[in-house]
Amino acid sequence: MSVANQHPHSRREWLRRAALMGAGSLAGMEGIIAAEKSEMIKLPFANGERPLVKFPQKRPLMLLTRRPPQLETPFAIFNEGIITPNDAFFVRYHLANIPLKIDDETFRCEIKGSVKTPLSLSLHDLKTNYEQVEVTAVAQCSGNSRGFFNPRVGGGQLGNGAMGNAKWRGVRLKDVLEKAGLAADAKQVAFNGLDGPAMEKTPDFVKSLDVEQIMAGEIILAHTMNGEPLPMLNGFPLRLVVPGYYATYWVKHVNEITVLSEPFTGFWVASAYRIPATEGACIEPGTTPKSTVPINKMNVRSFITSHAEGAKIKKGAPLTVRGIAFDGGEGIKEVQFSADGGRSWSAAELGEDLGKYSFREWKMSFAARDGAQTWKCRAFNRTGQSQPLEPLWNPAGYMRNVVETVNVELT
Amino acid sequence: MRTVLYCVILTAIALTTPLRAGETVIELPAETATYKPAKGVELAQAFCVQCHSVEYTAIQPPMPMKFWEAEVKKMREKYFAPVPVEMDAKLVEYLVSAYGVPEAKK
Repeated sequence: MSVANQHPHSRREWLRRAALMGAGSLAGMEGIIAAEKSEMIKLPFANGERPLVKFPQKRPLMLLTRRPPQLETPFAIFNEGIITPNDAFFVRYHLANIPLKIDDETFRCEIKGSVKTPLSLSLHDLKTNYEQVEVTAVAQCSGNSRGFFNPRVGGGQLGNGAMGNAKWRGVRLKDVLEKAGLAADAKQVAFNGLDGPAMEKTPDFVKSLDVEQIMAGEIILAHTMNGEPLPMLNGFPLRLVVPGYYATYWVKHVNEITVLSEPFTGFWVASAYRIPATEGACIEPGTTPKSTVPINKMNVRSFITSHAEGAKIKKGAPLTVRGIAFDGGEGIKEVQFSADGGRSWSAAELGEDLGKYSFREWKMSFAARDGAQTWKCRAFNRTGQSQPLEPLWNPAGYMRNVVETVNVELT
Repeated sequence: MRTVLYCVILTAIALTTPLRAGETVIELPAETATYKPAKGVELAQAFCVQCHSVEYTAIQPPMPMKFWEAEVKKMREKYFAPVPVEMDAKLVEYLVSAYGVPEAKK
């Protein structure tokens, strides 16, 4: 399968633009590259330059990779509200053969395997024959913030913007499986979407979850994101939403749900997305874990969103620092802020509670002293879990949740 | 009166017809990045781009040879990229010279 066959649009577009700029001359090509790189965000690590590039249904976002598309949300957007707009929501695919055209009238999601009655569900079925439910939940890439790992590790070199918080509306997966009727031997459920590999033998992106977790009733098949159909690049017309779990499980364009009587053994669970089977999923930097388990629930994180690293602030004026916090679904109980590099901490004021899976806004008004200073924030969830002061390390660069630091200067 | 009735019927239809997005078609922006020129670039152009765009390579941190060796091996053994084993040394040499760091500097 050739590249040109899979990306006729890209090739055609390149030729068209090259022609516009002078019959594909070298100068013309440089012009295209220069134009696209005019807006750039520099992440603070080696090879951290990210051009802002516009993809369909998206505003210009930080380009990690073009094929398959991987786009990061510029961090400043997280200060605009605790719901992340659809057109600013990060994008992460694994395999290059992604759907570019989907008809939501002919789309079907198959429920099969160890069930009494296999189902083939249209969007209309899902929207009219099942109870509609909504959850506000954070989707965060397992490797969010991987670029900050030290020692560095291979993979998608993300800053902190591979996360987003949205209102997801759809149906309970539990209700759908109950309609199909689980066989007595049902153990796990595998999820496949319309995206596939470029090479026939590359393992297709399929994920699995335990039946027990699904029957707790919180996992949904979402057709709506923040009141709109899902953007294509976020899984139109249907995606799995697994509140509290890393977004690797939130299978996009989900069209094949297979109930299994044996544990799933596919590559993307059995070999990839594994974390060390240790407390905090960490090991000594540079070493190899003795045993691993599939990545699962998100850990506690918090960020300062109102001020960026190196910000110069006018002294004397009243100061409010603001940010967000979230965890894997216990819910945020407290956020603490330190204006003195972590020597003393004070409880911040928490914003509106949109549920235990959502971003929670926090803010802190205080009289800051003049000069250079180091701000930190840390969150605690309802079971008392918090964040480490020093970063934890694992070889795949997953689950970073160190206490974040922002250095600012009041002048 | 007839117009009013007509409007009422239209409104009723609008309210009862399920919201539909219809067919969605997207067109991805063109790929612009190219592999850095260096000895062996033709191997990256022949094999790496079959599955992914250039950024997959270019965004990686400056890494030593053993990292790039492991990447090439992973692409063949885990993702079944059609890179012939006998090409490994030349491809790794290219990746290190274009995107890596010499062992001594790591």
